[in-house]
Amino acid sequence: MEQSRTEIKITGFGGQGVILAAYIIGKAAALFDKKEATLTQSFGPEARGGACSAQMVISNSKVLYPYVKRPQILVCLSQEAYNKFEPELISGGLLIIEKDLVKPKPAENGIQLLAIPATRIAEELGRRMVLNIVTVGFFTAVADVVGEEAVRGAIKDSVPKGTEDLNLKAFERGFQYGKNLREHGE
Amino acid sequence: MKADPKGVLTGEHYLDGDFACAEGALAAGCRFFAGYPITPSTEVAERFSERIPEVGGIFIQMEDEMASMNAILGASWGGVKTMTSTSGPGFSLMMENIGLGAMMEVPCVVVNVQRGGPSTGLPTMVGQADMMQARWGSHGDYEIIALSPNSPQECFYVAIEAFNLAEKYRVPVFIMMDECVGHMTEKVIIPPAEEIELYPRRLTNSPPAEYLPYMPEDDLVPSMIIAGQGYKIHTTGLTHDERGYPVMTAEAQEKLVHRLINKIRLNADHIIHIEEEDTEGAEVVVVSYGISSRVALAAIDEARAAGIRVGRLRLITVWPFPEKRIRELAPKVKAFVVPEINYGQMVLEVERCAAGQAKTILVSHGGGDVHNPQDILEAIKESIK
Repeated sequence: MEQSRTEIKITGFGGQGVILAAYIIGKAAALFDKKEATLTQSFGPEARGGACSAQMVISNSKVLYPYVKRPQILVCLSQEAYNKFEPELISGGLLIIEKDLVKPKPAENGIQLLAIPATRIAEELGRRMVLNIVTVGFFTAVADVVGEEAVRGAIKDSVPKGTEDLNLKAFERGFQYGKNLREHGE
Repeated sequence: MKADPKGVLTGEHYLDGDFACAEGALAAGCRFFAGYPITPSTEVAERFSERIPEVGGIFIQMEDEMASMNAILGASWGGVKTMTSTSGPGFSLMMENIGLGAMMEVPCVVVNVQRGGPSTGLPTMVGQADMMQARWGSHGDYEIIALSPNSPQECFYVAIEAFNLAEKYRVPVFIMMDECVGHMTEKVIIPPAEEIELYPRRLTNSPPAEYLPYMPEDDLVPSMIIAGQGYKIHTTGLTHDERGYPVMTAEAQEKLVHRLINKIRLNADHIIHIEEEDTEGAEVVVVSYGISSRVALAAIDEARAAGIRVGRLRLITVWPFPEKRIRELAPKVKAFVVPEINYGQMVLEVERCAAGQAKTILVSHGGGDVHNPQDILEAIKESIK
């Protein structure tokens, strides 16, 4: 029987690094936190530019059913992805959005809504493309499913050589933003 | 013999099934890959092309799948372990030369990461509907070996097993993955090279003047040569004698084709690899493979919690089919439940071997998604009524 199964969906548009963000979280859980982490992703022409998603199941025992139909944690980095995937989120779930790119409707069903201007922070760091790693940092701080050291390790292992420092900086910025939001609110 | 450490990426990785399959092939000593990219198998080729310069060997992106299949047959005669990977439409194109590989007895591995079909179907989504094509897709009578992994970790090991079987029985071996397992990323542990046991090419001890390319050994498999090393041989898709020369008679056909079939059938006990749990004393046994076997586990857990004695039999080898084991179980169980992502393929084999002694219930799915475990649970409950 699967124990303590956490279902996560990370969504956005093609090119935002959604898949790499999920890969890093999964790798952190599987290789560094020593949990089971199964990542599946929607592929193909329909994913380029349009809404794309990565599905992640993290568990203390072997993952049997690999897909995520009703995520407990949903990350939306684009409006289109929000429109498409928000209805899947379970009541009481955690919704993480890109603050400048997603205009959410009022949260209901006990859904906890947290927002981060990940793109803006990435631009401040000089490279817009690290917005996914900023988001990973934020996710790590607010979601309580992967350890922060585990994620740092997974980032170092996964990003292109020579970009480790930039990506770790991006992680710290997202992580701190999440920590502050948690401790002090908006 | 042990694996060459050069090809073995020892350590803990987070890989998808396609990548893990390519790593398994490299660990098994595969040094020639010819293929044509097609979703959802492209990552097998991608990984191989990325790794092969470090390891030494050849990667060729071919003009199509027919040429890919021919290239791996030719390269195998050149003395290397060879592989190609594809999905349904490409698998169909390979069929003619898969028959040639069976007839010329060429060790090689063909990966089919199955997507929804028929035709171009669902390029990016899961299917398991090429299982009978793997068995019967090329014309004529022959036997092949096919394996089906259910996790990225198992993709790694099954790839090694596929190469060992291809070399031992001199036959094309299929790795029948599905899109879900191919595109699923999980932890994959790659062991040190010295823990990986490989079956070497069966090279002849005979001098060139005495060598007969199709003279079988005791296990019905002939030994091989490497092209260009002084052995002048003839190999053909036509029915041939021990010298490899065409002989157009019923007697030659019986001798050759019966041996091609028997080298697999009579060695089936050595080839078949299945996983069983709680089949003794079970009232129902779930027979499954690939991703369906994992989804089925979720249903089996629930059925057991409801007090039903459920066993499970997982096909890692799908061909040759483990008919002896199904025949043994049939009189002892009420039913076999067979979930697969098609409208009934491997279930036909289960039904044939059950021979009316146990009910056989198919839980079908047309593809594009995996089963809802609830559907399998319902079938288990229904099966014991």
